[in-house]
Amino acid sequence: MEQISISHVKKIYYTGDVETIALDDISFSIKKGEFVAIVGPSGSGKSTLMHVLGALDTPTSGNYVLDGQDVSKLSKDQLAEIRNKKIGFVFQSFNLLARTTAVKNVALPMIYAGIPKQERTKKAEELLKEVGLGDRMTHTSSQLSGGQMQRVAIARALSMNPAIILADEPTGNISTVQAEEIMKIFQSLQKQGHTIVIITHESSIAAYAQRTIYIKDGKIEKEVKNGKK
Amino acid sequence: MDFFELLASSFEALTLNKVRTALAGLGIVIGIGAVIALVSLGQATQQSVQNSIQGLGANLLTISPGSQQTTGGVQGGFGSSQTLTLDDATAITAANFSSISKVSPEVSRRGQITAGRNNTNTSIIGATANYSGVHNVTMSSGTFITDQDVTGTRNVAVIGPTVVSDLFGGGDPTGQTIRINKIPFTIIGITVSKGGTGFANQDDIVFIPISTAQKTVFGIDYVTSIAMSAASADSITQAENDAGYLLLQRHKINSPTQADFSMFSQSDILSAASSVTGTFTALLAGIAAISLLVGGIGIMNIMLVTVIERTREIGLRKALGAKDNIVIAQFLIEAIILTIGGGIVGMILGILLSFGISILISLPFTISFYAIFLAIGVSGAIGIIFGWYPAKKAADLSPIEALRYE
Repeated sequence: MEQISISHVKKIYYTGDVETIALDDISFSIKKGEFVAIVGPSGSGKSTLMHVLGALDTPTSGNYVLDGQDVSKLSKDQLAEIRNKKIGFVFQSFNLLARTTAVKNVALPMIYAGIPKQERTKKAEELLKEVGLGDRMTHTSSQLSGGQMQRVAIARALSMNPAIILADEPTGNISTVQAEEIMKIFQSLQKQGHTIVIITHESSIAAYAQRTIYIKDGKIEKEVKNGKK
Repeated sequence: MDFFELLASSFEALTLNKVRTALAGLGIVIGIGAVIALVSLGQATQQSVQNSIQGLGANLLTISPGSQQTTGGVQGGFGSSQTLTLDDATAITAANFSSISKVSPEVSRRGQITAGRNNTNTSIIGATANYSGVHNVTMSSGTFITDQDVTGTRNVAVIGPTVVSDLFGGGDPTGQTIRINKIPFTIIGITVSKGGTGFANQDDIVFIPISTAQKTVFGIDYVTSIAMSAASADSITQAENDAGYLLLQRHKINSPTQADFSMFSQSDILSAASSVTGTFTALLAGIAAISLLVGGIGIMNIMLVTVIERTREIGLRKALGAKDNIVIAQFLIEAIILTIGGGIVGMILGILLSFGISILISLPFTISFYAIFLAIGVSGAIGIIFGWYPAKKAADLSPIEALRYE
């Protein structure tokens, strides 16, 4: 079953009279429970692809079907709902709320979904235990290391039980040792049945995924199936 | 996401950065506090002036000796002549005008009085029994000057509370002796404080029988003024005419323009004073309006900075599924909480300030509700408009741009 289906997606930016083609007729699909890495140098269009996949932006043309729903032509508020319910974001710079506890950070997407407070807190605590932060639940962001912050962010991404987890350079701001731990968490999440898409420029990180899609100049350069790591 | 969730998360955001919240609130507190305190101060002054003028006596009409225009002569100064006599007062009383209820001839001068080793310079008033009724004098102990005191030319005195504290340092000196021009007087009563300060101090005063004042103390046969109570506020003009024409007749003057006396009523003073204090209140309100404006600009700046500072947070919230309206609503609620909170603190501060000032300079304590509504309305509007506008701008940004914002 296909979780993500991208067909003939184009994204063109206009700056004055200058036309920049960021994505040029891209088509691919990702199956449910798959762990895919999207790799490309800077300027290749992989960030734009991530924005489209994350429903943060809509393509100029082409279709994007996520979990059976075409999201390429939705309104701002509908996109917000898609982001809330179907996508779990993990950012390079963590993007946790400052001076706020780990539990409250994890619970944030559930607030916007209208889940009652008790249920939110219970779910957030469970998720934090799952990512190995059972003893850091009431710590604020500034009291956590980079790796720990990213684990809070992963717990937050899981909180709405999304269709896909979308990670943008999740290891870019943390040490190599911690990066390995983070990637192992992603692997175990995939084993539990989550669909995971990682955007990176490092092939060593991409190697944790089952399949790597290489992007260059807004086009798919090649697709490679990875061996077990 | 329901309203209470929004309210809770707004409260949480406000408590997360206490310094920022306090600074934003301070602008509102100062703006509202200043307006309430200043306008209340203006109103208190107005009321104080009115009180002390009304304290001079209800429906009071005063006849003062004026300068008589002599043919080819020199015009004398106001009050310099000696044209009013005790007989004039008696004649007005005898005429039994329905417009005039009481007549009080008076002799007043400043003089030195002593009691033991203490002495003070004060107003000495030669009065009749009618004085207390005309001028609203009430006694805290003893009695006022009586008709018997006047006919008997007795050496008795009624003194004001300021004189009591100046000469005796407090207590009740009734029965003790004071000396006016070395002549001993027995104190028979103390008046109740009327308030007022400086030249208008109606507590720094000594009353003696008018007969004693004229014959024994000052050695004169004229009076310095004749005060009258009009029967009612409506009969003041009639009283002025009745007494005026009688005096013209007695003084054998044909035209009122050549009168050797002048008359003025309490309502003249009141309207003059009201226009002065009105201007004063307007001035204070002007200063208060400037503080409100400055406070408003303070709120505006903090709100703008707060929202700009939180652009990334807004981006994140939107990425995690917050709709634009939710983002705007949260900032708007934060602004409203700040404005209401600051407004309440500012109101309390303003009322406390007014209270402090009223005690410090002994003014009546009044609160201007008009000022409270105005201040809270204006700063509330500023807080909400400048909370909403930047939030709307931030919510309109795409989440990608907001997240990238440095």
